[in-house]
Amino acid sequence: MAKLPPAPKSSELTPPELYARRREFLKQGALYVATSAAVGVGLSGLSRLGSADPPQKPPPPPAPAPGDAPWKIERRQSYVQDEPSTPYQDVTTYNNFYELGLSKSDPAEQAFHLKPRPWSVRISGHVKRPQTLDIDTLLRWFGLEERIYRMRCVEAWSMVIPWVGFPLAELIKRVEPTSQAKYVSFTTLLDPRQLPNQDSNVLAWPYVEGLRMDEAVNPLTFMALGLYGAPLPGQNGAPLRLVVPWKYGFKGSKSIVDIGFVEHEPKTSWNRAAPDEYGFYANVNPQVDHPRWSQASERRIGELTRRPTLPFNGYAEQVAHLYQNLDLARHF
Amino acid sequence: MAQPRLTFLVPALVSGWLLALGQLAYRIARHQLGANPIATALNQLGLLALTLLTLSLCCTPLKLTLGWTWQMRARRTLGLLAFFSALLHFVMYLGPDQGFDVLEVLRDIGKRPFIAVGFLALVLLVPLAWTSSKQAVTRLTFPIWQRLHRLVYPIALLACLHFYLRVKADHTLPLVYLALVLAGLSIRLFAWWYKASQRSARATPL
Repeated sequence: MAKLPPAPKSSELTPPELYARRREFLKQGALYVATSAAVGVGLSGLSRLGSADPPQKPPPPPAPAPGDAPWKIERRQSYVQDEPSTPYQDVTTYNNFYELGLSKSDPAEQAFHLKPRPWSVRISGHVKRPQTLDIDTLLRWFGLEERIYRMRCVEAWSMVIPWVGFPLAELIKRVEPTSQAKYVSFTTLLDPRQLPNQDSNVLAWPYVEGLRMDEAVNPLTFMALGLYGAPLPGQNGAPLRLVVPWKYGFKGSKSIVDIGFVEHEPKTSWNRAAPDEYGFYANVNPQVDHPRWSQASERRIGELTRRPTLPFNGYAEQVAHLYQNLDLARHF
Repeated sequence: MAQPRLTFLVPALVSGWLLALGQLAYRIARHQLGANPIATALNQLGLLALTLLTLSLCCTPLKLTLGWTWQMRARRTLGLLAFFSALLHFVMYLGPDQGFDVLEVLRDIGKRPFIAVGFLALVLLVPLAWTSSKQAVTRLTFPIWQRLHRLVYPIALLACLHFYLRVKADHTLPLVYLALVLAGLSIRLFAWWYKASQRSARATPL
């Protein structure tokens, strides 16, 4: 009698319900596709929390009020060498303006809350002429200038931005600070209806920044009213912001309502939030790292490789003398 | 006999993960990541890794508390996908972000706690990924394998710390992840303590 092969073990038999039902196969297939899609969408969505994509189209630059003459720019000066300006789209959609939200894309999306007209700026403290100025008065006081500056963020990225505005020194000359004024403070608007994220307490609002008087009157220190030849969009600090090109970007208070001439070093917002990470001076310095990351190099927005960071952001010639007697590692 | 009907789960997790990566690649290629695409992609890969790691840590606590078992089939896959995402996150940092400047990266790891912590978490994940197969369990014997894989809790805490240290001001999201990891860990510790106390109660002579 021929020997039969051993019978397959019962565990190897295809279960009749699977063998018989083609439907089960189709069901598995459908479940596979649906679950893949759900997992894909879910993981993609979760991984984008906290770093949302920017809006695809930047909001258009704010239109000048009817009857306003287009800006006449009297002087154009570039303070960069052979470095193209960062595209308008990037300058206006990649912003740190925590009052309008914490992600880079939030400010552009939330800027519609901010109403830059009417707007008044208080000149307060130790000045011969304390006063409250309408923003349009301020616009008429000085001839508008364009200045192309590098902007280095403390987060190790940078841009090149054509600002429009006037040197702070001219305003200071006009309001005549007294000898008691040793520092200048720049305070952002406090109004959660216009700056909705002021409802959160990530920083102590209103945002305050400050400069020493000699820094404030340095010819590089600039009050910007616009960029790329047009009024500032809300996300860039409309209608008036400070630009200090040799310091990290956070020194530039946005949407300023008060310029104060004070005797003591102002308590500035980031310095209060994390004194070991953000100093009062905040001069761009490749030698002094942020405790958590290197400041030796930076990514210029739009470029793929990093470039070395320059002392004082490349403006050492104009400003290094201000800090001759200062230990920059201690006074970072 | 509900188990055989879940055969689609593991392949679906892998292809879902590939879809998420594909979507990120597509958005990079279409310049949809904004002004600083490298930083954005780096952040998203890191958060993907932490999300998967946290999900893998939710499996056992769900079994212990709710008695569910289906998710146990996903645990190993979630862990491995977390490892591969963390690896991609590191490659993104090493390559596009630092331009393969290995010396600078080593200096960064040595100097900066935030980077050192993340790097340590990745390094510790390697032996776990390496011993993720069923054969590895047999080879190592279960108690040793189990002890080794308990490392995943310190790793997850390091990953949360890495995320927390990176954030400038708003610590909500890192704290949410930390809370999930700590919740899972406490459930496991409680279950372990409960089991041990039952055992010793039984061992006590009457």
